Amino acid sequence: MANQIDSRIPEGPLAEKWTNYKAHQKLVNPANKRKLDIIVVGTGLAGASAAASLGEMGFRVLNFCIQDSPRRAHSIAAQGGINAAKNYQNDGDAVYRLFYDTIKGGDYRAREANVYRLAEVSANIIDQCVAQGVPFAREYGGMLANRSFGGVQVCRTFYAKGQTGQQLLLGAYSALSRQVHEGTVQLFTRYEMQDVVVIDGRARGIIAKNLVTGKLERFSAHSVVIATGGYGNAYFLSTNAMGCNCTAAVACYRKGAYFANPAFVQIHPTCIPVHGDKQSKLTLMSESLRNDGRIWVPKKLEDAKKLQAGTLQGKDIPEEDRDYYLERRYPAFGNLVPRDVASRAAKERCDKGYGVNNTGLAVFLDFNEAIGRLGKDAVEQRYGNLFDMYEEITDVNPYENPMMIYPAIHYTMGGIWVDYELQTSVKGLFAIGECNFSDHGANRLGASALMQGLADGYFVLPYTMQNYLSDQITVPRFSTDLPEFEAAEKAVQEGIDKLYNVKGDESVDSIHKKLGHIMWEYVGMGRTKEGLETGLKKIKELRAEFYSHVRIPGDKEGLNIELDKAIRLRDFLTMGELVAYDALNRNESCGGHFREESQTEEGEAKRNDDDYMYVACWQYNGTDDEAPTLLKEDLNYQYIKVQTRNYKS
Amino acid sequence: MDKNISFTLRVWRQNGPTAKGHFDTFEMKDIPGDTSFLEMLDILNEQLIDDNKEPFVFDHDCREGICGMCSLYINGHPHGPATGATTCQLYMRRFNDGDTITVEPWRSAGFPVIKDCMVDRGAFDKIIQAGGYVSVRTGQPQDANAILIPKENADEAMDCATCIGCGACVAACKNGSAMLFVSSKVSQLALLPQGRPEAARRAKAMVMKMEELGFGNCTNTRACEAECPKNESIANIARLNREFIKAKLND
Repeated sequence: MANQIDSRIPEGPLAEKWTNYKAHQKLVNPANKRKLDIIVVGTGLAGASAAASLGEMGFRVLNFCIQDSPRRAHSIAAQGGINAAKNYQNDGDAVYRLFYDTIKGGDYRAREANVYRLAEVSANIIDQCVAQGVPFAREYGGMLANRSFGGVQVCRTFYAKGQTGQQLLLGAYSALSRQVHEGTVQLFTRYEMQDVVVIDGRARGIIAKNLVTGKLERFSAHSVVIATGGYGNAYFLSTNAMGCNCTAAVACYRKGAYFANPAFVQIHPTCIPVHGDKQSKLTLMSESLRNDGRIWVPKKLEDAKKLQAGTLQGKDIPEEDRDYYLERRYPAFGNLVPRDVASRAAKERCDKGYGVNNTGLAVFLDFNEAIGRLGKDAVEQRYGNLFDMYEEITDVNPYENPMMIYPAIHYTMGGIWVDYELQTSVKGLFAIGECNFSDHGANRLGASALMQGLADGYFVLPYTMQNYLSDQITVPRFSTDLPEFEAAEKAVQEGIDKLYNVKGDESVDSIHKKLGHIMWEYVGMGRTKEGLETGLKKIKELRAEFYSHVRIPGDKEGLNIELDKAIRLRDFLTMGELVAYDALNRNESCGGHFREESQTEEGEAKRNDDDYMYVACWQYNGTDDEAPTLLKEDLNYQYIKVQTRNYKS
Repeated sequence: MDKNISFTLRVWRQNGPTAKGHFDTFEMKDIPGDTSFLEMLDILNEQLIDDNKEPFVFDHDCREGICGMCSLYINGHPHGPATGATTCQLYMRRFNDGDTITVEPWRSAGFPVIKDCMVDRGAFDKIIQAGGYVSVRTGQPQDANAILIPKENADEAMDCATCIGCGACVAACKNGSAMLFVSSKVSQLALLPQGRPEAARRAKAMVMKMEELGFGNCTNTRACEAECPKNESIANIARLNREFIKAKLND
């Protein structure tokens, strides 16, 4: 198999690649930095940390977000923690072990060099955040505390109550605010990127919609960074915030940036189950709950039937009639198996009829044993805010009755393809954080998303960006009157007009819900060739329905929330198809991607390294009506022995 | 099992910062008790769109009580009648059949209305930009455990840092004061050794910016504390006052 894509990994031994890169990369002197502009789209952990760091270095940064403030980006909702190879617990942790766990957790579908770099800089992140005043949990002696997390056997997760993402984001936001004060970063809130402008093969600006005035505006720069998160909302119901969308990423894809491994979508095992058809989103219960909670369903089918009918409560089922199926199937990791394994195991039990709520799509997460072992106070200390949140939503007290959970779409490992420098296949266009595909392979371990976002923004991009800009110092600032800007804005406006002029009879949300059903049904946890082909057909039909039936009330000018949602839905449709194409092509099971044709006799995922050990990169062919072209980047494991993932022993 | 309720909904409509606003009234039928308040508004909007009318505009995003984007002044309370919860975490089971529910925007000189119940809270960003940070460069600071912080201080700083910047404190205050917001950030950093070197400068800069942006003064009514969805304590305001006076005395 010929490798079709160069990821530009530096030479040298694994542990020295990043050090060597930094030692030999090209720099830009301070006087020249002031003449160079960088657009950063997004203000989550990756975007805010990158904008702050680049501004501090002396570049002129333009930073955009769709919310009313950078502090609201969805990184804020991450609960559990952030991994770092500090070995503060003296439990044998090391950079190599974090690297190894991440590659293994990702089911051998991530790049060795990128992941090693991630593990290497992880320790710096904690230092940086503590210096900023992030109030991580501490032990009585004043040292930082750690907790364990799914998929690993050491305690390397740093946390701030159940609000780690919030605290890290506020740290990055404070660094960003400092740069705004210094005048190096200019903020544009309530702006949404609609397109990237490419001039002579390089990204030189964006077209953004001012969400308050409704007007399109042009912005030029020497390079463009997108940090706009994942595409989980293509499934309509997910743990993502309502505003999370993939419009910026899809715009880059349409302009020639490859989209890598879109099929790798993470389904989180511990979410509050779906309750009705008016539901707008799913709420995640932190994975950290699996440290002390035990997951089970009844052993007897008749007990499950009674639970579904509401005539029996979980707490009344005796111990011997409970099936702690994760502990049974995976004795070595028990309730702490990786997310994909835990999610599939829950689906397996529910598919067999053992679900515990009225929809039959829920399993128990039980703290009874932990309360007995640690006392209610200790459990409250650890998980109090999560228990309160659960009770507010479900009206059930989890101290007395076991929680009910079910898997939900949570994170997307796939994303815009980037090389070692985080540069996409379009020169001068970079992608960081969840928005790129780089570090998590086919499955992300818990507490690694925060790590990757901040690693990219604080410690990787600021270096690689200089390397890119070093030969751009003589390039003057661009006028936004150039024909390329003119053409890009015109195309965006035409796309908007087309949607607005449909004047049909279906709301954006009602069509989005239909897309969500198709995605969950045919492109969800268990995928088959037939199902995926049906899914693709249905998405195409839905697109036709969208373009003939969508209704956008109100004026085209000014603030119009329905119009903005319609634009996003247009791109979710493209994204949904892309996920299905990739899932159809990858006839193996790995990580979050499970093809039912490819499983062992015990129902475990069966990888096919001979045929699929590559990054699937999809190239747009100019229209949504045509299937994208597949290009492959081979994955060569030189430092890790590729094995079957085993969490049983 | 939650039961369904029907009620009268009055929502504030306003076309722009200077436009004259008014209430629109809707009859909501058979809303399940396990619907969140914002999902109930989604249902309203679906109905409006069905009638080819413009949807009701309000800010919202994460819908799990952490981003601070949602607001809404519901029946005279910021974030509605529940304590320690944001609007997105409010469920309809809190209301009764036959109720009249009134929804208004944050009303404060510091937060102009953009449309309906969406307001501009950019002033909060400006206050943070004035000094709500520790001036540390991206790079290689000392090892994280080189700074030992007693658990009690770390926990207290964490409580202060829990503020989500939603603006409920301002909306609740008859003076439109942002003191709870400002004092939470000042307290978080004042309680930590990393924040001490700039403590005086920070307190002065943030208070001055707050006054400049048209927020009122604190007269200790404690309305902010009562309405804060994250239960921030007005002890923070006392701490801010101490930091501010200390800073002024040293001038």
